[in-house]
Amino acid sequence: MTMTKPKEVTDAQFEGEVLKAETPVLVDFWAPWCGPCRMVAPIVEELADEYGPKVKFVKVNTDEAFNTAASYGIRSIPTLIVFKGGKPVGQIIGFRPKSDLKRVIDQALAS
Amino acid sequence: MGPGKVQVENDYEIAIVGGGPAGLATGLYAARARRRTLLLEKGVIGGQISLTERVENYPGVQAIAGFDLVQTMLRQAESCGLVTHSKDVLGLEQVDALWRVKTNDGNYQAKAVITTSGADYNRLGVPGEERLTGRGVSYCATCDAPFFAGQEVAVVGGGDAALDEGMSAARHVAKVYLIHRRNELRAGRILQERAFADPKFEFVWNTVVIEVVGEEQVVGVRLRHLPSGKERMLAVSGVFVFVGHFPNTAYLRSLVKTDEGGHILVNEWMETEAPGLFAAGDARAHSARQVITAAGDGATAAIAAERYISSRFPVE
Repeated sequence: MTMTKPKEVTDAQFEGEVLKAETPVLVDFWAPWCGPCRMVAPIVEELADEYGPKVKFVKVNTDEAFNTAASYGIRSIPTLIVFKGGKPVGQIIGFRPKSDLKRVIDQALAS
Repeated sequence: MGPGKVQVENDYEIAIVGGGPAGLATGLYAARARRRTLLLEKGVIGGQISLTERVENYPGVQAIAGFDLVQTMLRQAESCGLVTHSKDVLGLEQVDALWRVKTNDGNYQAKAVITTSGADYNRLGVPGEERLTGRGVSYCATCDAPFFAGQEVAVVGGGDAALDEGMSAARHVAKVYLIHRRNELRAGRILQERAFADPKFEFVWNTVVIEVVGEEQVVGVRLRHLPSGKERMLAVSGVFVFVGHFPNTAYLRSLVKTDEGGHILVNEWMETEAPGLFAAGDARAHSARQVITAAGDGATAAIAAERYISSRFPVE
């Protein structure tokens, strides 16, 4: 199975790609200088493949899309937020193993 | 092992608990010695150093991101045959001549075990701290200070980490309140000189944080001035905590001797008193707590473990 690279989303694109998306969206807030962010990236790609079309996976570089990062109160990265119908319904701060991420995504989907 | 030599799926010769530089160096040496070696790491491979933006004191490497250094160590060890699993080790048990390694998801068996589980940072242990971690409370300024650009933050501690990371934060923030419970710093001279000269630093002496305040985000800290007992609120958006470390050795303290702080006592070959059980890196006593010394310990432990296995389990 090929690894899907989640799309990089800018401040300008955030509303269209995330808030107005038809499916739930997992947003990976990251920055290039953040070690744990780079550790979690391949796990996010695996999850993107596993959830297929049910969940959209995108990445937001907090160095560039700082307005979006600020509006969701990002104070530490990596932070993963699950959006449903334009609202945050689940959040994980810091590097966590894949099983933890799946649990939070599944809980958020069921909510 | 008994007659018939049943090959158990999770049967290894060397099990390494903890995947920081000590564990990775052990893994490299053990794999190159052609011992079936497994490294178990519950979190981020690379350990504490993977959070450091710039490592300039690893001999042979001019300057490198901590993450890149440990990723190189990992790839190097894996290319020699090291196997890594993401598991949380809960305990160790001796079964005849072998060691059983119990994890949150299955058990393993090994002839020798090397504890390289490192250390974790101390928390303040005050109300609000845990709830607001990641929302203003941080234990890594190099990681999180960029999110406080132009704001005022508190840095708690008086050692090298507090000053070093405090000055790292000062590159981004408007102001650093350095809060220390005594009236003089423990940190090295050069760091102290730089911190005193930094216009963004304001020192708050003889003071402790008794509460971290905020609903969704940190808005301030409650301070107590120890000599007078007086309390006051200090408005800050972030609290960076650097008040020491503790070794991750709880899971095997009943098996080994430790110092007062829980660090495992070993000899020059990283041997504990239990046959086939070794400790290296920050988890062991009298460590200089550097990446290079952890790696050195790891190589030493691997060599000692190799010798132990050869003599204890001679090839039939």
